[in-house]
Amino acid sequence: MIPVKVEEKLFQNRYRVDSGRPHINIKNPATCQSECKTQECTICCPAGCYTAEGNGQVVLITDGCLECGTCRIICTTYRNVDWEYPRGGYGILFKFG
Amino acid sequence: MDEKFDAIVVGAGPSGNAAAYTLAKAGLKVLQIERGEYPGSKNVQGAILYSKALEEIIPDFRDDAPLERHVIEQQMWVLDDESYVGSTYRSAEFNKEPYNRYTIVRAQFDKWFSKRVQDAGALLVCETTVTNLIMDGQRVIGVQTDREGGSVYADVVILADGVNSLLAKKAGFHAELEPKDVALAVKEIHFMPEETIQSRFNIAEGEGVVIEMAGKITQGMMGTGFLYTNKDSLTIGVGCMLSDFKQQKITPYLLLEQMKAHPAIKPLIEGGEMKEYTAHLIPEGGYKAMPKLYGDGWMIVGDSGMFVNAVHREGSNLAMTTGRYAAETIIDLKEKKLPMSARNLALYQGRLEDSFVMKDLKKYKNMPEIFHKNNQFFTTYPELVNRAAHTMLTVDGVDKKTKEREIRKSFKQRRSLFGLMGDAFKMWRAFE
Repeated sequence: MIPVKVEEKLFQNRYRVDSGRPHINIKNPATCQSECKTQECTICCPAGCYTAEGNGQVVLITDGCLECGTCRIICTTYRNVDWEYPRGGYGILFKFG
Repeated sequence: MDEKFDAIVVGAGPSGNAAAYTLAKAGLKVLQIERGEYPGSKNVQGAILYSKALEEIIPDFRDDAPLERHVIEQQMWVLDDESYVGSTYRSAEFNKEPYNRYTIVRAQFDKWFSKRVQDAGALLVCETTVTNLIMDGQRVIGVQTDREGGSVYADVVILADGVNSLLAKKAGFHAELEPKDVALAVKEIHFMPEETIQSRFNIAEGEGVVIEMAGKITQGMMGTGFLYTNKDSLTIGVGCMLSDFKQQKITPYLLLEQMKAHPAIKPLIEGGEMKEYTAHLIPEGGYKAMPKLYGDGWMIVGDSGMFVNAVHREGSNLAMTTGRYAAETIIDLKEKKLPMSARNLALYQGRLEDSFVMKDLKKYKNMPEIFHKNNQFFTTYPELVNRAAHTMLTVDGVDKKTKEREIRKSFKQRRSLFGLMGDAFKMWRAFE
């Protein structure tokens, strides 16, 4: 496996972060922590927005989000992701796309 | 914004732009709403532009559209860990104007297309997210936006809001996408001098190469990789079914990183400066996964309607064509002074059925299922084909008949005779 930090990739991107207003929220954090055994969001998010903590907690930081929709669709068992588009003008701003 | 429009188009990608342009050009009062800072700022594609679909809308697009290179060569690689077996089609025909396909950079292309839309008379509002459809019973009568007092009304709303299409879901027009019906693609753009690209890919100024790849790079998942030559950059990416990512627990950017390190790929991108990393979902569920495409006061076009032909890597052309058909349907009804009811908008479905759009999607309707159930096409076969090539091309004193026997044996061992026959049948069924 090639070690690579997704942060180094995201660093090249342009964002306008809507501070304090994340467009994605985990509906019920306790579900991720105590019920979800697979936590695919922590592996499959292409921007690495979801982190699995040692205590089973899932922490979501949407600043680097690429707005693809993966986390919402992949959470099939618990449908625990509340996913909206960012407010107009905010979020990822692709320079090339 | 308490004005009423003939039509509201949500989104300024290829389908939304095609629709808004066609409507505005016919003199209709059109409002187009885009959530990005500028059209293109939220959009991601490989990207190949097929000329035909755009020609139908803007015949003289070549005069000022930002096109990167016209494609003269198409390669298809089947990769093992250290090798690939490939086919190349290169033709001087592709070097004759008018060119058939181009590489493009979407942020620039969408901006250009949008300029044409505005010149045609449509009103574009950017940095505005449509949050909900406004309903009157079953009928869509407008949209709610995240701007203050941001409700706008129209006779018809065209949903060109892309693969996630939250609006159609919130309104109950279609269910949430399933992981098996979307591919997740990640890609990077690497800049390098034009001359470097030209010498590396054996092409002249303005000429381009497309490489599609399958095999080990997807690590057992159903999917493909790609490498496209732009003017002074390369786009490299890989996309696989989301259900496979989920099941096999693979991290997309690590997959891309491994692909970039493949001995056949690494030298092609060497020395480039990576300037953007993107991810995007591609609706690849095909005909069987398509949602309802119209209703009272609304229509769906482009990615939000699952208009992607995964086999032929076609999407933006279907987006533009469906956007145009939706607009033409509205124009017809307007001329006849007919309401935008579900019954009348069914003409849109008719237009789609009569065209290559639905004919192609129907042709490949079994494809997704067959490939989902038979991942040997993405795992075992690429490996076997590469080993066979290696065996035949290694000069080591073993006679060729013995080598052929070894190859046959290796195929039978891995797939059994019935397995091989079954696979041949499945391939035939998938493409019939």
